[in-house]
Amino acid sequence: MVNKSPTNPVAIAGQVLFYGLFAAIIGYFSTSPDYTHLEADKALIKLSFAYHGEPVGECRERSPEELAKLAPNMRVAKVCPRERSPITVKLDLDGQPLVEAVAPPAGLSKDGASTLYRRFEVPAGEHFISVKMNDNVRVQGFNLVREEKLTLKPSQILVIDVRKDHGGIFFE
Amino acid sequence: MRAIEAVRTGGLRLQQRIESLFDAVFGAAGNPWRHLGALGFYFVWIALVTGIYLFIVLDTGIEEVHTSIEYYTHEQWWLGGIMRSLHRYAADGLVLVMLLHLLREFLYGRFTGFHWYSWITGVPTIWLVYASGIGGYWLVWDELGLFSAVASAEWFDWLPIFSDPATRNFLPGVLNDRFFSLLIFLHIGIPLLLLLALWVHIQRVSQSDVFPSRALALGTLAMLLALSLVKPTVSHGRADLSAVPAALHIDWYYLFIHPLMYLTSPAALWAMAGLFTLLLLALPLLPRAKRQPIAVVNPPNCNGCRRCFVDCPYGAVTMLPHPDKPGHELARVIPELCASCGICAGACPSSTPFRSVESLVTGIDMPQQPVGALREEMERKLAALAGPAKITVFGCACAADARALEGNDTAVLNLMCSGLLPPSFVEYALRGGADGVLVTGCREGSCAYRFGTRWTEERLTGRREPHLRPTVPAERLRVAWADGHEMSKLKAELADFRQTLQSLDADEKRPRAYTPRRIQHG
Repeated sequence: MVNKSPTNPVAIAGQVLFYGLFAAIIGYFSTSPDYTHLEADKALIKLSFAYHGEPVGECRERSPEELAKLAPNMRVAKVCPRERSPITVKLDLDGQPLVEAVAPPAGLSKDGASTLYRRFEVPAGEHFISVKMNDNVRVQGFNLVREEKLTLKPSQILVIDVRKDHGGIFFE
Repeated sequence: MRAIEAVRTGGLRLQQRIESLFDAVFGAAGNPWRHLGALGFYFVWIALVTGIYLFIVLDTGIEEVHTSIEYYTHEQWWLGGIMRSLHRYAADGLVLVMLLHLLREFLYGRFTGFHWYSWITGVPTIWLVYASGIGGYWLVWDELGLFSAVASAEWFDWLPIFSDPATRNFLPGVLNDRFFSLLIFLHIGIPLLLLLALWVHIQRVSQSDVFPSRALALGTLAMLLALSLVKPTVSHGRADLSAVPAALHIDWYYLFIHPLMYLTSPAALWAMAGLFTLLLLALPLLPRAKRQPIAVVNPPNCNGCRRCFVDCPYGAVTMLPHPDKPGHELARVIPELCASCGICAGACPSSTPFRSVESLVTGIDMPQQPVGALREEMERKLAALAGPAKITVFGCACAADARALEGNDTAVLNLMCSGLLPPSFVEYALRGGADGVLVTGCREGSCAYRFGTRWTEERLTGRREPHLRPTVPAERLRVAWADGHEMSKLKAELADFRQTLQSLDADEKRPRAYTPRRIQHG
């Protein structure tokens, strides 16, 4: 190196000062200022699901002629449409709509799960929550419904999900 | 375009003033501004070493990790706690110096021309640094880690790349040790990718500045240790999937993107990140000055000494077997790597002006400022000098404008880079009639071509070949490094030098005169 670090007292004091400033900048922004993600009197509702809708059509039996045209190893009598129904969902809070959405099935053949994730900041306290879903295009209206009066504590996260093994819509 | 250039030049003036101030306190070798890249590497190494220790001692199961970290933070604070704090603060320091490095390189204009490679390859490292750091917060699996993991997942869910929303991994009952192992794998794998990216980043510069000087390294380590003791890193409460934490002591170096996303939207954050990245990638495409001619090798005058090969700051010179002389080598310039700085010409022993050839042609030369033309210009200007203290100034086009010093008693030869100066030109000027020689150029660390200042200083002080002969009296040579904004300092140096020269007797410390002889080669 061309120039060595100065060793006179003023330079040393200057180095200590600048190292201190460096440390202060690193240390301060490492934890400060505080960030409040959710106001103290709010709660969070997460509406989230990954759910397979019902097939878009009824299953049917193949006729003997149709079966005869198939290779022997492919001769399954029952045939069902591959495509799944989109999931229509409507979430109301105290009678006011929070969201109404349609989650299409995933995949090129539309045979995957319909997924949705939404978050809502709501005032803590007692609420009437209504969740309605339709997972079958062959059914008019909402065939999955859950309505409940709940008390949400400040900072609480309420997850609304739907799973067949949980009996449909559930709150967690 | 003009606006960007105005911002850049204005910022550069301010930056150079700050660097000059730090030079006075730290010296160029220890000046953190001049070694931000090296400091960045240093912080990476500290984070890696401390990270390896933490990986060895911590229980990394999703249920165990928080308890484990709490133990090492509070019970074994004297080792585990300090290691954790060093890991955290080194990572924070990395972001700080990385962004300052980016800003500084922009201000110095090192994003275009031959710099494009280092600039472009630096852009992915920014993403990798953030990916490495943010993932580290998740592993603590406290309230902050959970918040960051969910916010990151919500951000990525905006992209149509997951069949299931990534956010669903952080719902109650879903997260398991297997997924947590994936997070640990990412926090090891991404930093390794970062190291690879950094290696790629420095491929087109030789003798890369990847480790700070001992003084700067020790000072920085002491600073981090002191910070770790004064303000040890601590965790938030254990991650709770059923509640939002009241207030988070957020690390703004890495996690600022989360508040920014909640203030705007995931789409807006992607737009901002994408635009910032595209802007950085597009900067090298801005219109720039026409590319200067590159160095040219003249085989009859190249003896294969390798000095240009050693001194080239960009590895643009390679040595090939000489086609006509078995056992000898010949320099070859790689056009796409050449920065047109002329440092190679300054390194060439054939560049000495004492050669008696009528037309001085050196082994490796710059077509836009050939050494032969430089000798002619010097001889012409020396002959025209008058006054009691005749001075020859070798200036640098990138530094304080030496041309402003030109006068009846002062001859100025402005070089493309001070590194182009063959040291023998100093002796030649003194023996040819100059009473003194002033060499100026950018301060160390400001050199537009990295090593022009350092190599010149080392050549003039006999620490590098080709060196200035020790018979040249030190009293008649003055070296004064001055950046663009330090014109007044340069003028003061010249005035002081002139006064010193006038205090010497006419023949005191004067090398014997030299009368050029010229031989015509047929």
